[in-house]
Amino acid sequence: MKIIYTDVLVIGGGLAGLRVATGVKQRGHDVVVLTLVPPKRSHSAAAQGGMQASLGNCKMGEGDNEDVHFSDTIKGSDWGADQEVARMFVHCAPKAIRELAAWGVPWTRVHRGDHTSVINAQKVVIHEKDEAHGLITARDFGGTKKWRTCYTSDGTGHSMLFAMDNKAHQDKVEIHERLEAMSLIHKDGRCYGAVARNLMSGELVAYIAKATTIATGGYGRIYSVSTNAVICQGMGQAIALETGIATLGNMEAIQFHPTAIVPVGILTTEGCRGDGGVLLDKDGYRFMPDYEPEKKELASRDVVSRRMTEHIRKGKGVKSRYGDHLWLDITILGRAHIEKNLREVKEICENFLGIDPAVDWIPVRPTQHYSMGGIRTKYTGESQTLKSLYSCGEAACWDMHGFNRLGGNSVSETVVSGMLVAEYIADFCDTPESSINIDTSTIETFIHKEKEKIEALLTKEKGEDAYILRRRMEEIMMTKVGIFRNGADLQDAVNELEELHKRSKNIEVFRSKSRAANPALFNAYRTQRMIKLALTVAYGALMRTESRGAHSREDFPMRDDANWLKRTLTSWPDETQTLPSVSYEEITIANMEMPPGFRGYGKDMTDAHPESEIRQKAVDVIREKLESEGATRFEIQNALMPFLDKLPKKYRGTNERLGENV
Amino acid sequence: MSEEKAPRILKINVLRFDPNDENDVPHMQTYEVEEAYGMTLFVVLNEIREHQDNSLMFDFVCRAGICGSCSMLVNGRPTLACRTLTSKLDENISLAPLPLFKLIKDLSIYSGEWMRGLNEKLETWIHDKEQEINVDKLEERMEPALADEIYELDRCVECGCCVAACGTIQMKPDFVGAVGLNKVARYHLDPRDKREDEEYYELIGDENGVFGCMSLLGCQDVCPKDLPLQSKIAYLRRMMLTTGLKS
Repeated sequence: MKIIYTDVLVIGGGLAGLRVATGVKQRGHDVVVLTLVPPKRSHSAAAQGGMQASLGNCKMGEGDNEDVHFSDTIKGSDWGADQEVARMFVHCAPKAIRELAAWGVPWTRVHRGDHTSVINAQKVVIHEKDEAHGLITARDFGGTKKWRTCYTSDGTGHSMLFAMDNKAHQDKVEIHERLEAMSLIHKDGRCYGAVARNLMSGELVAYIAKATTIATGGYGRIYSVSTNAVICQGMGQAIALETGIATLGNMEAIQFHPTAIVPVGILTTEGCRGDGGVLLDKDGYRFMPDYEPEKKELASRDVVSRRMTEHIRKGKGVKSRYGDHLWLDITILGRAHIEKNLREVKEICENFLGIDPAVDWIPVRPTQHYSMGGIRTKYTGESQTLKSLYSCGEAACWDMHGFNRLGGNSVSETVVSGMLVAEYIADFCDTPESSINIDTSTIETFIHKEKEKIEALLTKEKGEDAYILRRRMEEIMMTKVGIFRNGADLQDAVNELEELHKRSKNIEVFRSKSRAANPALFNAYRTQRMIKLALTVAYGALMRTESRGAHSREDFPMRDDANWLKRTLTSWPDETQTLPSVSYEEITIANMEMPPGFRGYGKDMTDAHPESEIRQKAVDVIREKLESEGATRFEIQNALMPFLDKLPKKYRGTNERLGENV
Repeated sequence: MSEEKAPRILKINVLRFDPNDENDVPHMQTYEVEEAYGMTLFVVLNEIREHQDNSLMFDFVCRAGICGSCSMLVNGRPTLACRTLTSKLDENISLAPLPLFKLIKDLSIYSGEWMRGLNEKLETWIHDKEQEINVDKLEERMEPALADEIYELDRCVECGCCVAACGTIQMKPDFVGAVGLNKVARYHLDPRDKREDEEYYELIGDENGVFGCMSLLGCQDVCPKDLPLQSKIAYLRRMMLTTGLKS
């Protein structure tokens, strides 16, 4: 039996996981990162358009600050987000980007003087100030009041991930590649690490740690068409679920990105529209202004995806052998701009579509993109129910996105949550109670269980074909748990997924019997877990009889704050149950800085909670009083909803901006 | 491919070997796949694995030409399989793992280990004596054109195609390759990295570094990201020569 002891185990080597690892390492704790693929190949690299941080350096970002970023994020979440967490996030995003700048990310910079941009299909000249020259610039993204999305061309995630991985090399972070966490080792409500499987040799290894962090990204691959990398199968959430103790939050909150190319589902960044690209229908008609006169193509992602779907349903889609699609037109931006700021998009168009986006329109349609749900944690990143299990990044639901994430807020979240959670973990590891107190026989039991599961898959006869079950699951999710949802379809989906789950217990790995590098074997056990996750999504969606953010019920079109201002929690306490257990966590209005209101898209579809108005009045009174007394925006914010004391001390400082606090 | 014509039947010849199986020897195996519109090698290989041979091992992650996982020899030439359209190839297609890297199985290679070794050797991170970053303060300014220039070189995805196409590395296994030299060029350009020319000379001023390159420039021919490898290697060589003569 091989056991590796360390202080902190990090599962997942993307931006969030690496940031946790460097953070705890700098605090003097040993750390091991387990990763399916070399860290630089993680899905973080595919984030194209940028990272939101309210620097306010460029002309169109002037006046931006934490307050504006906070307000955009909460509206974007359709009031599903945890407002304290969102505050912590917007406060630290400028710090995270400045840290990354020091670590080597070549952020695109402000150039003094005039430059031409495209806004609302018109060319406009924008003048950048002298004093902003050389600072980090930003582009426009959906659902934001200011140009706040900082970028390196459209390879932002790539540059961030490379800088972060190089930093991890510098800090001598131990990285164990091609290792898959198979189960979490836990006893008496505390997590002690994980059983991992070496995907090259098949060896099972126990990693024992004071604290374990899951940073494995999202679960988009439970859908048949997703922008996600093929490794985004939700295995982090699944092993947490399989403890029976940890809970998952808001699993039904799934984002569809408006512009993935057809048919392969590869993303073209929101930066295409942020920089001035428009959406056209089969007649070449720009339809978004009809639906959303104010924000047009730059409404929040959930809104644009629904509007596109509506428009296609009206028969305005372009017919193709892969179904109907719409056009993304970025030709107006000109070749020079595309080749400098949208070069990944250009490469993707050339390589996968054989078109030149400086001349041709790009076939696009809304495609599964992001998992707002994930392992439910406290603001510290620790599971609410399983001690010393932490999670951050897309894998987690801590919960800053609520029911819809703003573009540019996800890579930003990876590094911000990573830097914060690292500190909370390090604090925990500094205490005597973090001592590892688990006997080897318990560890052995966990290893043995995984070994038995693998043997069962390899030796079973007359079993089920994992591929058939998986493809059916993907299809159900796509057709019945998609952009628009309804009770009948969701009930069908739950019923059939439950059936697939039962059948998945009988999966057999046909022919390919190797215990080492065997793709059929890992497809088998991952399929079993993905079906469970799919059930948490579909079941949560069925139960939630309202529409909020990306969860849109045709049979319940209102956002029902009176009954549904709460988070869905799913768990799987008993291995023999065939549906997840569901409970709810109230979101309290009484201490909100920004009580629920109208998001500003279409007509107001809110069933207000009676407390919203009460709290809004209280907020207004406090604000008015303090404003009349000449209080700063920080003092007002602090009076409404204090959050600084929750942050690690080193991150409480006030952010400098041009013209503010410098 | 026109709609009317019957689709081609592609013959996919894969070089297979499982180092974990002591009875296995490297061998070619042929699969037939009906071509479809817009088909890439990502689609082809997954179709084979799902419907014909579930033991076939290969690596894809982003499947969008961004992550560099799926580099392999396609008809003998190193490239990213995910963005290789079958329509651009003959119906006989040969696939083999990239040479020089440790083989995991079939088309899957352990490039991560190699790249990590390289990064550690060349210390591909910002060297700044100032350890503490004040994250509350305005970021250091940088000329916009310089930031763009650094990004141009920062686009390397460590796919290993340049290593597989390198003549020098066949003879000198410790040669850092175009991937390594490009990284040095990238950090040398970056004013945030305070290393002196002499320190870079210590890293690459020998035959495993910039003076080892035989200038065959297979790297430049195959780089999927069209990095300016040729000009950067030439630049580094001049720079290192001057530094070498000075010291």
